[in-house]
Amino acid sequence: MSRMKELVKGFVKENPTYVQVLGMCPTLAVTTNAVNGLGMGLATTFVLTLSNVVISSIRKLVPEKIRIPIFIVVIATFVTIIDLLMHAYLYDLWKTLGLYIPLIVVNCIIMGRAEAYASKHGALDSLMDGIGMGLGFTGSLVLLGSIRELFGNGTIFGIKVWSLRVFLEILPPGAYITLGLLSGLFVFVGKKRGEKK
Amino acid sequence: MKVFLLFFAAIFINNFILARFLGICPFLGVSKKLETALGMGLAVIFVMTVSSAIAWTLDRLLISLGLDFLRTIVFIVVIATFVQFVELFLKKTNPSLYEALGIFLPLITTNCAILGVVILNSMMKLGFLEAVFHALGSSLGFTMALVIFAGVREKLEMYDLPEPFRGTAGALITAGLLSMAFMGFQGMVKI
Repeated sequence: MSRMKELVKGFVKENPTYVQVLGMCPTLAVTTNAVNGLGMGLATTFVLTLSNVVISSIRKLVPEKIRIPIFIVVIATFVTIIDLLMHAYLYDLWKTLGLYIPLIVVNCIIMGRAEAYASKHGALDSLMDGIGMGLGFTGSLVLLGSIRELFGNGTIFGIKVWSLRVFLEILPPGAYITLGLLSGLFVFVGKKRGEKK
Repeated sequence: MKVFLLFFAAIFINNFILARFLGICPFLGVSKKLETALGMGLAVIFVMTVSSAIAWTLDRLLISLGLDFLRTIVFIVVIATFVQFVELFLKKTNPSLYEALGIFLPLITTNCAILGVVILNSMMKLGFLEAVFHALGSSLGFTMALVIFAGVREKLEMYDLPEPFRGTAGALITAGLLSMAFMGFQGMVKI
């Protein structure tokens, strides 16, 4: 039961994007549509989960002082794996995400979880934590991507909804403004809920 | 000529923060005060320019060995080592500058702008001089956006924003407006 808790906490309560405000660069850059958001989210989840497991399994062997470089090398290895995999099997998505795939290495969510969670907990808990946080991140990216795609292009996942088009939404300012409004909303809802309890 | 185009385009048109979304974490994190923003900016200019020169050389080496799939790992290790080295070097030779840059140096390792510019240089297949000027332009653009934003944010503190929009949410919307202003530069130069 407690393992389930580790999994679910990343969805809303400790949502990496809206609550912890981590990993902002890919969040803003690739969410021009829902599919890109989903692809980026799943790639990050892959890296986050596996690096969490490896880091927590080697945590007792790693000397305290040089742990950060070691963590970075572990993370970079998984990023290279997903980069090559996507190049081979998902070429179009790989091309659109481009620069932002190798940049998963410096996504602060991954380093943050390694440092704050995986280096202190067992492998199974870390696996759950990685999946949960990763899916929370994916959810936020898909939400932001869907909103931007809906208002900017009139579609969601490529399916036409209406013919309304606000081009600003798919341009860089749209990313900032939409995310700003969403995280404002998140704070507002969180506060309302807190008052009720 | 291409060097200058790249340089100015990196500052205004492809501004790292406002158009490419690289280095958002320090952008939101250290932009509450003008002074710290400037310190961060200076550290980024220095590290970005030098590490892109080092990485360019290593990239050539990797390509000639046929090991270019190791690029990401090598680059991040180089950046992390270089930052550590700069920290030690400054501590010994120029303690006052070291004090001024303070915690910003270690933070830079995880700044995706640095790894971003290095990978971009490699993807765009730039020559050595082009790569260095591209990095210099990008870091100047980064610093400019950071300083402007910090100036706005200092003023923003005094206004009576609705409760949920204080902090990050308000900052993001402000950044959106700034990014809109910078879109005016779009299309000025074609590379």
